[in-house]
Amino acid sequence: MALIKINNVSKIYQTGKVKVKALNNVSFEIKKGEFVAIMGPSGSGKSTLMHILGALDKPTSGEYFLDDKNIASLNQDELADIRNQKIGFVFQFYNLLPRTTALKNVTIPMMYGKVPKEKRVKRALKFLKLVGLSNRADHTPSQLSGGQQQRVAIARALSMNPSIILADEPTGNIATKQAEEVMKIFQDLNRKGHTILMITHEEEIAEYAGRVIKIRDGRLAEDYQNGNH
Amino acid sequence: MEITELIFESFSTLALNKVRTGLAMLGVIIGIGSVIALVSLGQASQKAITSQIQSLGANLLTISPGSPSAGGVRGAGNVQTLTYDDALSIATSSQVTTVDEVSAEYSARGQATAGKNNTNTSIIGTLPEYLRIRSLTLQSGSFITDRHISGLNKVAVLGPTTATDLFDENANPISQTIRIEGQAFTVIGVTTAKGGSGFNSQDDIIYIPLTTAQKLLFGVNYVSSISVSAKNESVMTLAEEEITQLLLTRHKIKNANDADFRIFSQEDILSTATSVTGTFTTLLSGIAAISLVVGGIGIMNIMLVTVTERTREIGLRKALGARRRTITTQFLTEAVMITFIGGIVGTIIGIAISYVLTKTMSLPFALSIPSILLAFAVSAAIGILFGWYPANKAAKLEPIEALRYE
Repeated sequence: MALIKINNVSKIYQTGKVKVKALNNVSFEIKKGEFVAIMGPSGSGKSTLMHILGALDKPTSGEYFLDDKNIASLNQDELADIRNQKIGFVFQFYNLLPRTTALKNVTIPMMYGKVPKEKRVKRALKFLKLVGLSNRADHTPSQLSGGQQQRVAIARALSMNPSIILADEPTGNIATKQAEEVMKIFQDLNRKGHTILMITHEEEIAEYAGRVIKIRDGRLAEDYQNGNH
Repeated sequence: MEITELIFESFSTLALNKVRTGLAMLGVIIGIGSVIALVSLGQASQKAITSQIQSLGANLLTISPGSPSAGGVRGAGNVQTLTYDDALSIATSSQVTTVDEVSAEYSARGQATAGKNNTNTSIIGTLPEYLRIRSLTLQSGSFITDRHISGLNKVAVLGPTTATDLFDENANPISQTIRIEGQAFTVIGVTTAKGGSGFNSQDDIIYIPLTTAQKLLFGVNYVSSISVSAKNESVMTLAEEEITQLLLTRHKIKNANDADFRIFSQEDILSTATSVTGTFTTLLSGIAAISLVVGGIGIMNIMLVTVTERTREIGLRKALGARRRTITTQFLTEAVMITFIGGIVGTIIGIAISYVLTKTMSLPFALSIPSILLAFAVSAAIGILFGWYPANKAAKLEPIEALRYE
């Protein structure tokens, strides 16, 4: 059964009189439990695709089903709820709240998801342990390395038990050694059954994924399984 | 998000930038503080004036020379139209049935000395009836009598303030000699303190017999005012009419509009005084309210800067599932919190200021609960009013645009 299904999705940006077709009739399905890397050079439309898949933006035309729900027909608040319940975001620049502890950062989606207060800390600690940061719960982002901050972000992405984890260049801003650690965590999560969708432009990072989708000029260029899986 | 959580969240956000939050608060503190201080100061002085006027007696009518026509030219210079005889005729005429007692006064400022001490005070030449009409009491000695009036005696009754000005604290002024405008007077009594301050103090005063004042001290044959006590409060209007008729006849004036005297009841004076202090209070509070609005604009300014500064944070929060309303509420709570805490601090400072001021001006200190509640409501309203625009701006940010923002 397909967890994600997009059908002829196009996105056209209009800046003044110039129309830019960022995505052109892209269609694919992602099954539950897959680890997919979306690749493409900059300007290929992969960020646009990520925004649409993340319910941060709507396609100009085409359909997007997440868990059999048509996302294109939802309003702002319903989209916010989808982002909260179904999608766990990991950003390139971590996007943790500054001057706020790791623990507090992990609880934020749960706060918006109306998880009872007493459960939040418990759950946040569980996920911080999962990414190996139990002893850093009361540290603020400025006291953590890039890799550690990204691991806090992963714990935050997991906190609402989302259907899919959406990672946008998760290693783009951290040292190679720490990038490896982060990717190991993703692989580990995938092995435990999490569906992961990762955008990257680095071949060696894409190697960690089971399937690679390549985008070029707004079109689907390649879609193949990685050999080592 | 629950409301307690929201408040806690806003509090910790505001605490992250203490200087900025404090400065934003300052506008509200000054605004609310000055409103509270001025309103309660105004009410205190109003209270003081009211009690002072009421202490003179509710059935008191005061007749003073001059024209009743508003803004009339003839009022000003024409102040010598009332005489001692006018007062006597009011007391004795069969036309006047509703009047209890009548007194006439001649008052002027004068220099009084006793030994090395001297003071510039009100000298009031008056009749024995004055004591009862003005509900005065004596703490020692006695008041002016009819014998003093007919004998043109040089005797004086001192107000308590004047007594302490002229004599040592523990000295007994009775039977002492004082000099008023160079003439020797014997002190025969001291009145009890009545309170009041400023120009109208009934404690900083010297009473002497009317005839003595007119003939021996100031050389005049008119009086400055006639005080009349009506038999009771319900016949005040009637008394006013009777006196008007009598005086018009005596002064040979046909048309009441041309009258050369005016009659005031305590109520008239009270309402005038109340409206004057009321106007002042409103005026001053209005000015203070402007500073409150300026404070509100300051908050809006700070909140707009905050929204721009936290664009990425807002984008992130939206990406993590915050609805528009949640974002609006978060920023609105921050704005309201600034004004609310500012309101509390401002209220405390305002109360403190009005306490100190009323004590130094020896006015009765009164806490006006409605004005405090109003100040709180206004400060919260200002938070909502001026926080709305920035909060809405934050909520309308598109998550992808906001996340991209550097």
